[in-house]
Amino acid sequence: MTADVVLRLTDLVKTFPGVRALDGVQLEVRAGEVHCLLGQNGAGKSTLIKVLAGVHRPDEGVVEWLGEPVAFANPQAAMKAGIATIYQELDLVEDLTVAENVFLGHEPRRAGFVRRGHAAARTREILGRLGHGEIPPRRPVHKLQAAAKQIVSMARALSHDARLLIMDEPSAVLAHDEVANLFRIIRELTAQGIAVVYISHRLEEIRTIGDRVTVLKDGRTTAAGLPAAQTPTAELVSRMTGRTIEYVFPPRPPEKTGQKELLRVVNLSRGGEFSGVSLTVAAGEIVGIAGLVGSGRSELLETVYGARRPDAGTVTVDGRRLTPGSVGAAVRAGLGMAPEERKSQALLLGEPIYRNVTLSTFTRLARFGFTSARRERESAGRVTRSLDLRPADVDRRVRTLSGGNQQKVVVGRWLLGGTRLLILDEPTRGVDVGARAELYRVIRDLAADGVGVLLVSSEVPEVLGLADRVLVMREGRLVRTAAAGELDEDTVLDLVMAGSLMEGAPA
Amino acid sequence: MTATAVKSDVRRRWAGENSENTTRNLVLLGVLAALIAIGAITRPQLYSDSTWVWNNVLSILQLASVIGVVTVGMTFVIIGGGIDLSVGAIVALAGVWATTVATQSFGAGGMIFTAVAVGLGVGLVNGLLIAYGKLVPFIATLAMLVAARGLAAQISGKQTQISESAVINGIASTKILGIPLLVYILAVVAAAGWVLLNRTTFGRRTVAVGGNAEAARLAGIDIKRHTMLLYGLSGLCCGLAAIMLTSQATSAQAAMANLYELDAIAAAIIGGTLLSGGRGTIVGSLLGVIIFATITNLFAINGLSTEAQNMVKGGIIIAAVLVQQFRFDAVTRLLGRIRN
Repeated sequence: MTADVVLRLTDLVKTFPGVRALDGVQLEVRAGEVHCLLGQNGAGKSTLIKVLAGVHRPDEGVVEWLGEPVAFANPQAAMKAGIATIYQELDLVEDLTVAENVFLGHEPRRAGFVRRGHAAARTREILGRLGHGEIPPRRPVHKLQAAAKQIVSMARALSHDARLLIMDEPSAVLAHDEVANLFRIIRELTAQGIAVVYISHRLEEIRTIGDRVTVLKDGRTTAAGLPAAQTPTAELVSRMTGRTIEYVFPPRPPEKTGQKELLRVVNLSRGGEFSGVSLTVAAGEIVGIAGLVGSGRSELLETVYGARRPDAGTVTVDGRRLTPGSVGAAVRAGLGMAPEERKSQALLLGEPIYRNVTLSTFTRLARFGFTSARRERESAGRVTRSLDLRPADVDRRVRTLSGGNQQKVVVGRWLLGGTRLLILDEPTRGVDVGARAELYRVIRDLAADGVGVLLVSSEVPEVLGLADRVLVMREGRLVRTAAAGELDEDTVLDLVMAGSLMEGAPA
Repeated sequence: MTATAVKSDVRRRWAGENSENTTRNLVLLGVLAALIAIGAITRPQLYSDSTWVWNNVLSILQLASVIGVVTVGMTFVIIGGGIDLSVGAIVALAGVWATTVATQSFGAGGMIFTAVAVGLGVGLVNGLLIAYGKLVPFIATLAMLVAARGLAAQISGKQTQISESAVINGIASTKILGIPLLVYILAVVAAAGWVLLNRTTFGRRTVAVGGNAEAARLAGIDIKRHTMLLYGLSGLCCGLAAIMLTSQATSAQAAMANLYELDAIAAAIIGGTLLSGGRGTIVGSLLGVIIFATITNLFAINGLSTEAQNMVKGGIIIAAVLVQQFRFDAVTRLLGRIRN
């Protein structure tokens, strides 16, 4: 295969305050190929797409487009150059018609007036090329199904004479047969010499549609241009998860029996997110949920915690039913949660450490409604010392802390007494190796003190190493429950990833 | 902790947020001094008369006192992540309601109670619509602005209602130690606001809800209830301001307190309250109020029109927001650079 290289990225770096989102990305895309991008959440895929689409400008590195180094000033420039992006959340204007969306921003005009007939005719022609001549160009987009909307997005890309089409998890919104149709269209496009960058979590899809695969991990390319069909799953997975991290777990304590049941979740369901989930957590037990992003795991945790209201099912703590959809009731019953997105869901970044640590307890530390800075500083100081938070100065603003120490602040918040069940959503995301080991120790120590822990992680070894019992979640359902000792990484990965929508679909 | 450790601890604390606030307040004092200097330069003959200067200071403070009380409530709402466009209308409604013939028959106590209750009630309705009805604060309070003034006009029959209560009318004319009672009222409200914001769980919740509502919610804070209470507090302040303003004019009418929302929001922003919520100080807002009152006074002593005054005020608000945004961006960028 000696097809022309249309896009080449060399040592691309993009930093945001506090994160190195891209840290040396290499990528080479050839004309007429489907190049798959694989990587866990937070690996940098979204940032990479946005750099290519002209939304972000890279800090370092070279973007070569059709053999020339380029720097797109804005998304319009990238589009003009022939790079079209179809985001996961389709960016169509719902109230405009199909044709208006397709030619949004570059309407065919004569003397300042939009040539509506001409636009409609050209839209019909493009839709025909995509094998969807049946979509009426003058129909408002909000009246279309998800699959048809995606076709409209692709039509918009083609209306720009795109030579590279970037598709971010296009199959996520589609049903079985629609995915097959999507693949047919992609093949037709590549036959015309258009290059496609295809992003997906689903290995089976990548095998079916992809020519080559590039794997990202922590903002770096860990494998470039592997053959999509032949590379063994194990290799792809190891490149994705990267055994670079040494998991140092504290020794597992001997199994405790006869612990009192603390949390019982029965048949919990929430439309489109998860359904029929039942689980229990005993005092002093660590229960881990393994599952991909989008499996409904975070939604499940938030529902148990009362941050979302379930459609059906019950949550009981110590045999007493929690008020559905009430965080206050959950906290009063002794639940605490460290959510997935620390910065946006858990922290007041501009406030000092102690006020973040006491965010859920300052009322209890207050007298007659008057807060006590002294008592709050003392309490926070105790927590920060026991968690070995650095720096230990409780007046430092949280913004200045590293990811690991910020996470300690969030976990520490629930150590100030009263918490009997701790819910942890991706507790070690963005946390460096050293701090990870400390967090593991903290979680174990809590369990040893009789606190129940319910945690979610996309890193399978973490779930297996930390939890006493493991639940595997896929597409909103628990598919397997077992003691951690009975499972190994491959089995869990298989359960987590295998069940793609492509199962049983014609290849 | 040793004495030196305590000292360094205190110093470090000052080096953080406090110094930022102190710096800004000093800048505001500088602006105030500049405004006074402009007044002295443009009208030297007035400023050479010390009695006039003292009276002018008092008139600025008197002007600032009513808006100041409204601004304290507004500061809480903005720190809590909201905005209240209906404050002027609430002042008018509370003033009109307190001066109806029926209300006045209950005497000064009845009038004060009515004004405060009406303010609180309307504020809570705002809060209810925003927190539980999920209306955007801008829209809910904009609608209330129109509705409350409409109701005030309806109640008063578009007439000016004279206050017959000697007690009410006496508030504005009373001086203690040569300083008007209204200024003392502002001082008490501001002090109470400071304590409420900085020393109580209510204040902490306000900062938490405005700084990161999701984090506050997941920490177990009832953010809806708190949001409602914030608008109630703003309405309560408006009720107090209504009495003060009625006392100054010895009457109330539906058109009173016109554009107070503008002055109160502007004062809060000039005082460093972050429009996106989560940060702000009572002291800063007070300085903002006094600066605004001084500008108004500057225009008055130079005999310039209110039209020109309004144009300048609009410009100042935009400038204050631009400065805030610029500084915020600059700080964020700087932090990013330091981190890398």
